[in-house]
Amino acid sequence: MIFDSADLAAIWLTVKLASVTTVLLLLLGTPLAWWLARTRSTWRGPIGAVVALPLVLPPTVLGFYLLVAMGPNGFIGQLTQALGLGTLPFSFAGLVVGSLLYSMPFVVQPLQNAFAAIGERPLEAAATLRAGPWDSFFHVALPLARPGFVTASILGFAHTVGEFGVVLMIGGNIPEKTRVVSVQIYDHVEAMEYAQAHWLAGGMLLFSFLVLLMLYGSRFRQGWQG
Amino acid sequence: MNAAHGIRARFTLDYPGFRLEVDLALPGRGVTALFGHSGSGKTTLLRCVAGLERAGQGLLAVNGECWQDSGRSLFVAAHRRPIGYVFQDANLFAHLSVRRNLEFGMKRVAASERRVALGQAVELLGIDHLLERMPDRLSGGERQRVGIARALLTSPRLLLMDEPLAALDLKRKNEILPYLERLHDELDIPVLYVSHSPDEVARLADHVVLLEQGRAIAQGELRETLARLDLPTAFSEDAGVVVEAEVAGHDAHYHLTRLTFPGGEVLVSQRPEAPGQRLRFRVHARDVSLALQRADGSSITNLLPARVEAMVAADTPAHVLVRLDAGGTPLLARITRRSADQLAIAPGQQLWAQIKTVALLG
Repeated sequence: MIFDSADLAAIWLTVKLASVTTVLLLLLGTPLAWWLARTRSTWRGPIGAVVALPLVLPPTVLGFYLLVAMGPNGFIGQLTQALGLGTLPFSFAGLVVGSLLYSMPFVVQPLQNAFAAIGERPLEAAATLRAGPWDSFFHVALPLARPGFVTASILGFAHTVGEFGVVLMIGGNIPEKTRVVSVQIYDHVEAMEYAQAHWLAGGMLLFSFLVLLMLYGSRFRQGWQG
Repeated sequence: MNAAHGIRARFTLDYPGFRLEVDLALPGRGVTALFGHSGSGKTTLLRCVAGLERAGQGLLAVNGECWQDSGRSLFVAAHRRPIGYVFQDANLFAHLSVRRNLEFGMKRVAASERRVALGQAVELLGIDHLLERMPDRLSGGERQRVGIARALLTSPRLLLMDEPLAALDLKRKNEILPYLERLHDELDIPVLYVSHSPDEVARLADHVVLLEQGRAIAQGELRETLARLDLPTAFSEDAGVVVEAEVAGHDAHYHLTRLTFPGGEVLVSQRPEAPGQRLRFRVHARDVSLALQRADGSSITNLLPARVEAMVAADTPAHVLVRLDAGGTPLLARITRRSADQLAIAPGQQLWAQIKTVALLG
């Protein structure tokens, strides 16, 4: 066996974290991207900038503020304690919250671009064909934005898999709870287990390459406009 | 026109550098052309009627139903208006096949309110062989026919067409025009038709609204309106009249067809239509010359006795426009001011109109 049980647990946890994060981000990011793509509000600029922040912030900065906010005295911590959920740092739920913020721009921006590219005209056609706003969102905007959803899902998933700094700050290193592949590799290297580190690191390299190949080589990259 | 029949449309809409301000009472049946140059506001007006554009001040009632009344803060959303809208570039859904494009609107209309069947629209527009194709595999003309069928399948009580032929070349136009004429003849749906092409308007419309810089400068029955002299010079280079005629017979020897209409008859190159069928033709003012006597020694065959009604300045200082009454059919002649002086043209005068060219529509 190439991977020992701790490695397998880390791989499973990573896949679980990336899947949960991607699904949640698609659910939360779609309305946000729709709003950003279409609003004329003055809030568009500031909100768009906040969404893009994780692109430029060091993960440790993001992780530090999250740790403080989710801690017993932070506003998120106060809220989760009031709800009887305890505090989030050093738990899987905490990792999900961190990943949501960390991977947000990788999901929201492709969706926003896809919605912006559709423009107003297909929606006007839908309106003259008796489709109300929700109807035309689900039956015209979403299908037309499909390439954007494919890109957003792939990038959101892959970027979460590659997360390290934020996890270390808010998740620590608890086996089967917060120890993801990137942290496991770090542990192997710290312990001078280079063979083990090689297998995991090589796996990550291959995975990342395949994901990007999917993205750049896929027919999904071609839009609908032919 | 009482309130229950017809279209009452009053809109005031401000954009930077443009103001639409119209107050129209249009017939509730037939084809009404909104005619004007680009930037005249005709598409904006159509979008206001569709509910795609919301005029701050507006009142819109269509055959007794109120769709907008800013005084009562009433605005029926576009998707709740029983309209069909044909976009200039068809605007088909790229992710749906032709069939599913057609069904999109149809499915959203209650079965009890459907008056146009899928097969009927497909047959009318000749798109049977295209049903399984995706829109990007269609030519411009095919796309437009699908767009028209898609709009019809919502069984609209008002059909709005925004320059449906403007994006097409002449050949494609001629491919679609017969379908539009069938639409007119076979379905009793009132149509608002936006166009900047005098020929299209002359061929299809019953009623016309002339728009200029966001204002309606004339409206009325097609023949009357086109023959009016008081329209701005912008329109006078296109000045001319439309005559509705009947095929009276064919001259096989000379390959000519005789068309009769109130006030006379004309000979044109042989037409395929059978005697008794109706045709429209257009006579440009620039193709009509005037003579005091019947000029029999001339190559011009089409001569009509006419009476001068009025004369005004034309688009150039060298020309005048003369309005004639040829036995009930209005005619316009664009002649030089010099000729007008030499012939001493004056209202009431009887003379002969010589028609150089008759442009047949259809």
